[in-house]
Amino acid sequence: MDPDNNNSTLFRYLLIAVLITMTAGLVYALLSLPLLASGLSFQVTQNLQLSGVENPVTAVLLNFRAYDTFLEMGVLLLALLAVWSLGTLPKQRETAPGEVLNSLSGLLIPILVLMASYLLWVGASAPGGAFQAGSVLAAAGVLLILTGWQLNEKLQGLPLRFALVAGLSIFMAVGVVLMLFGRRFLEYPPSVAAALILLIEAAATVSIGITLVALFSGGRPESEQQ
Amino acid sequence: MSAVFVYSLVGIGLFNLGLYALIIYPHLLRKILAVNIMGSGVFLVLVALAGRTASGVPDPVPHAMVITGIVVAVSATALALVLMLRVSAATGQPELPEEK
Amino acid sequence: MEALSLLQFTFDTVLGVTLLWLAWRALASENLFKGIVLFIAFGLLMALAWVRLDALDVALAEAAIGAGLTGALLLVALTRLDSKQVTDKADNKIDEAEVDGPR
Repeated sequence: MDPDNNNSTLFRYLLIAVLITMTAGLVYALLSLPLLASGLSFQVTQNLQLSGVENPVTAVLLNFRAYDTFLEMGVLLLALLAVWSLGTLPKQRETAPGEVLNSLSGLLIPILVLMASYLLWVGASAPGGAFQAGSVLAAAGVLLILTGWQLNEKLQGLPLRFALVAGLSIFMAVGVVLMLFGRRFLEYPPSVAAALILLIEAAATVSIGITLVALFSGGRPESEQQ
Repeated sequence: MSAVFVYSLVGIGLFNLGLYALIIYPHLLRKILAVNIMGSGVFLVLVALAGRTASGVPDPVPHAMVITGIVVAVSATALALVLMLRVSAATGQPELPEEK
Repeated sequence: MEALSLLQFTFDTVLGVTLLWLAWRALASENLFKGIVLFIAFGLLMALAWVRLDALDVALAEAAIGAGLTGALLLVALTRLDSKQVTDKADNKIDEAEVDGPR
């Protein structure tokens, strides 16, 4: 399909030639990598029992590289701030949702909430965790919005904002409290690591779910009083 | 081991495909699709190369990085889509204005 | 065991080629709606690729966020794009007053 007449055929062929060269270079770089490279897996398996969970990915995300996950909560919040600064909620069309959407969402939303809680809990020992649970919650929220549901007026101000910053604040609170106890920022003692990880993950799940739904809505909620 | 090889090549192919589409197409929604596909290609290469361990259990650090990357990519996509809607409302069409 | 690894290699190759083909069709589709739907299918096949690479947490995250949420975001944006092209600067003026307001 022809994209546009702005790009002449010469430009397109030149671009294809450049990209083919780049692909060849990348494939050469890929093939010259060693066949076996353990990376950090050895260190992770060695320190896994100190981390408080058995799932190595959760251990890396919430313990060994907890600072990265902390900053990622910040990135989510920042994206939401940017989306909110660009305009208010787009007007929803006033059509009623169809029968299929109504009945399916009535069935699916409780199941999705249950699944999210399960994923949060099982993330300590099997694949799962805060991000997976938060995204399933976000799916439930998107289904809700698609059926025409709107957040209660009273909850649109401060309670919504509290729920949005819950993940980031609990993360920071845990880190600072640990510093007050003489440890470094986000350095969990192995005896309470499991409980701390579960606490942080629970707050993060709620935050991630609500942030993703707010990003889907695409604008800040209207408020009657400033 | 061959899975590593196949998927990393596919990842490189996806990256270049996305880059070509990003440069060629003027419509902003296609550009956003192209950037997402480039991101998926990079994630494929990262996770494929994480499977090269001697013990067979893949290295979990690139897995964690890719999970973070997926979440950041969706929030960046959401922001980019809102920006595209603002550009379209301001200029009347969802394409970047040509320089005169 | 040779047959099993040959089967796995064939599956990986077929999945890889399908991923590349889906990505190309999604980007080069003449209709944007078709392209977005193909992109959702691409995300689901990516989740399959993650499973093949033993990255189960990534597969869960990709299926929910990469395929589901990104697809929903793109479809909603396409709808708002098509409807906004009917209205013009009048809508824009209201929006600008909101943004430059007392905040």
